[in-house]
Formats: sequence, C-alpha cells, structure tokens
Amino acid sequence: MNIRWLAVIPVLGILVFVGFANRVTPFVFGLPFLFFYVVMWVVITAAIMAVIYALDPANKKDSN
Amino acid sequence: MHSSALVITIATIVIALILGVMAQRNKKMDLEQWTVGGRGFGVLFVFLLLAGEIYTTFTFLGGSGYSYGMGGPASYILAYGALAYILSYFILPRLWRYSKEHKLLSQSDYFATRFNSPGLGILVAVVGVIAIIPYLQLQITGLGLIMEVTSYGAVGKVLAMTIGVVVVALYVTISGIHGSAWTAVLKDIVVLAVVLVVGIALPMHVGGLQVMFEKINTMRPDFLILKNHGMGLMWFISTVALTSLGFYMWPHSFSAVFTAKNERVFRRNATFLPLYQLILLFVFFAGFAAILIVPGLKNTNLALLAAVQKVFPAWFVGVVGGAGILTALVPGSLLIMTGATLIAENIYRPLAKASEKQVQTMARIMVWVIAAVSLYFSINSNATIVALLLMGYNFVTQFFPSVILSLFTEHGVNKYGAMSGILVGVSIVVYFTMTKVSILWGINTGFLALLINFIVVWVVSALTPNSPVSADQPAHF
Repeated sequence: MNIRWLAVIPVLGILVFVGFANRVTPFVFGLPFLFFYVVMWVVITAAIMAVIYALDPANKKDSN
Repeated sequence: MHSSALVITIATIVIALILGVMAQRNKKMDLEQWTVGGRGFGVLFVFLLLAGEIYTTFTFLGGSGYSYGMGGPASYILAYGALAYILSYFILPRLWRYSKEHKLLSQSDYFATRFNSPGLGILVAVVGVIAIIPYLQLQITGLGLIMEVTSYGAVGKVLAMTIGVVVVALYVTISGIHGSAWTAVLKDIVVLAVVLVVGIALPMHVGGLQVMFEKINTMRPDFLILKNHGMGLMWFISTVALTSLGFYMWPHSFSAVFTAKNERVFRRNATFLPLYQLILLFVFFAGFAAILIVPGLKNTNLALLAAVQKVFPAWFVGVVGGAGILTALVPGSLLIMTGATLIAENIYRPLAKASEKQVQTMARIMVWVIAAVSLYFSINSNATIVALLLMGYNFVTQFFPSVILSLFTEHGVNKYGAMSGILVGVSIVVYFTMTKVSILWGINTGFLALLINFIVVWVVSALTPNSPVSADQPAHF
C-alpha cells in the first residue's frame, strides 16, 4: 500500500471526528478542549507529513 | 512619549522600502524576473513567500479580532492550514512541473494553456482580480488601523489608509517580487517575536491561560465552542474544507508556486509548514485576553492593538505597529503585483494584441489603479477582516474543480466544463455576497457554490466533445 494514504488520517481527524471535540472542558495545557483538539491534529499532521516525506520514493531521486 | 510609537512604525516602512530598492539592484527586470523571480528561489524563499501569505494582516489583526468577537469558530483558522499543506504535497509538484514545461507566469496562463482556450484564460484572470480586491482591502484596512492607533489618533483613518496604499504601490513599482522576498525575511522575524511576546504577556496579565479561558467561559458559556451565530459543526467543516481547497487557488499563491527551483521544495515545506501554523495560537491568546482587558470594542479588528496599547508602553505599541505594517506590506505588494500582471498580461495583451513594452507599461499603471480601487472600497466598508478574506476565498475556490481534474485526469474536464463550472460557481457566490447570506442551512455558502460547480464541471465535460488535442495540451506526468 502506498505510504501516501497516511495523509487521510489527519483529514478524518479534523473534518469528521471534530464532532466529538466540540466542548470547553476538560482544559488541556490551559486550552479549551476544542482548541487543544485542533492543535493536536496540526502537530499530528506535521508528523505524518514528515513520515510520508521520508518514505515516499518520489523524494529519493532528483526527479520522478 | 506617545510619538515614539509613530516614529518606530514609520521607521519600519522606510526600512522595508530600502530593502525593496536594494533587492532589485543588478537584476535585469523583465516580466519573468519581476513576477516569478526567474524561477530560482530555493526552499527558504519559497517557504517565506508562501508563509508571507499566511502571516498577513488577516492573521495578525483578523485572527485576534475573530477570537475576540467570535470565540470558538476562530479554531477554523488553525485547522485549514494543516489540510491545505497536506493537499500541497500532492498537488503543487504536478502544477510546478506543468508550469515549468510550458513556461507559465500566471494562473490564467495555466487555464489558457491546459485547455487551449485564451477565452478561459481571460475569464480566470477577471475572477482572480475580483477575488484579490477584498484581500487587498483587508490589508489596507489593517494598515489604516495600525497608523491610527500608533499615532494615538493623530493620523485619521482615511489619511492612514491612503499613506498605506501609496507605500505598498511604491514598493511594488520599485522592486517586484525580489522586494517581497527580502521584506518577508524581515517580517517573519519581527512578527514571530511580537506575536510570542504579546501572546504570552497578555494572557499572563489577566491571570494565566487557563484562568483566562475559565473567566471567559463563565462570562459567556458556549463562546469557546462551535455553536453561536449559526457557526456550528457544519459551518466549521464546510469552511475548513472550502478554505483549505482554496488555499493555493489564489492567483498570487498559484504563481508563487512557479518561483520554486524544484518540486521537492513543496514536499519538504509540507512537513514543517503545519507547525509554523501554531504561531497563530498566540495570536488567538492575545485576542481572548483582549476580551478581559478591553471589553466591548465595536470594531473587533482593533482587539489586539487596543489591548497592547492598554498594557504596554508606547514604544512597544510602535514595534507591534511596525510588525503589523510588515504583515500588510508583504502580502499586499504580492497581491497588487499579481493583480496588475493579470490585467496587463492576461487580459490586455490577448485582447489588444499589445507589444511587450506596452504590456510592461500597462502592468505598472495597473498597480496604481488596483491600489486606488481597493482604497476606495476600504474607506467605504466596515466589514471584519475575516469576512473579507472569506469573501475572496468564495471566489478563488471556484477554480479548484477544474484545476484538480485537469492536473490528475486527461479528459475529466474540458474547456466547456471548466468555463461553465467557474461561471456558475462565481454567479452563486456573487448572489450570496449581494444578499449578504454567508451561512445557509448551517453551511458556508461558498462551499455550496463549490459543490454545484463540481457537478456542473463534471456533467458539462461529459456531455460536450473534447476539444481537438493540440500538441501541448494534455498534462503528461
């Protein structure tokens, strides 16, 4: 399976499962839960994109 | 001394102008140099240019004002960037390759070349210019507010906006995109510092982060989630989808893609741009703290500046003002330049069969015309900064269905489909803009227009014959 499919995970996290995160409490790191949830997915997005970048054969050669 | 604020703000403008003049020395300024920097920019410059789009007046004053006025819905601003970068990983390399093969300079060139239809190119240029105006208007509004606040009211709003516009137009006329890239470096350093200081100090001033949010939550339950003003979950989802799909459809972002040296630049950037996005969080903190520091502002765009003015000494207000000026100057100059080039190169040239020299002259005249038009709208409008940006997004996102289908399929879309999709989408957006309906059935109306656009593109392309394939038409990858 192509490593690029990993990119679907944050899309689901932000656009679909946000429905479970629309609340103020519990506060996490001082943030209302909704804001914490979105921040968490931004961080996960960066991590997943880094994994894809590292493993994607397209980035191994000078051009594909 | 209050005057120190204004002195620092004006000094920033002068430094930006000097950087702009220095950047264009020793460079032959033909149109390709002027607009896409000769396609020689590496990771850092492309990053800064694209980041220049992110940290604009929209985020600095708009983001803080939106959290001040709307609360929870502001979280959409954090979310859409992340999704846009995911898309960029897959879309931009293809777009860059095609643009390089065909020596494209603008978004309109892409449509004209890919669909072998100069008429479609002109339509796209017209829509692009229309979308740029509200975006530019919000930068000018921000510039005006900053000058007004840092002068402690001595410089009036209209004069402040006029000075701001003249500076931007002058700056573009002098240096083109090289100026933008260098000022972008200065801007990112100053803005980063200011946002961190303000975003930490203001919440501390009201008792710390969690205390601040708890106080707001007690005062106004439901303010910190997605619920009020029709901005519930469906609004969040449709707005995030709309804005992340439209992120690179802005004419200036689209052509900023062409400035890259190679395609890996984009994939690399997609891994760390999402983190850069988190700086926005501090902008939000400042906006939320302002609820407690300067409650009841009529103009929410002022939230950050008013809170800073109340808590910090005058010289620091000047530093914040300077940072704010830069967040308007860099994207503002890029917007004006893109608009002027679109009109000269993609509307005037094909229609008037103009010569190279005439086109260059026209581009430089159009810089001032666009500046004047945006100034006119800025003076006569009270819209919030975020509302202006969303209006522009509604327009540019209408390019998305045709762009995505033409990049990834050979015959998924033809020129008839692209043209009718864009026309229908834009008409719906114009209708909703005129009737001031931004949310319908809880959904962002721009997103509804996008859905209908997609269907029209698909149906019309399936029902009409594919135009005769010219030698360079299909995008082979």
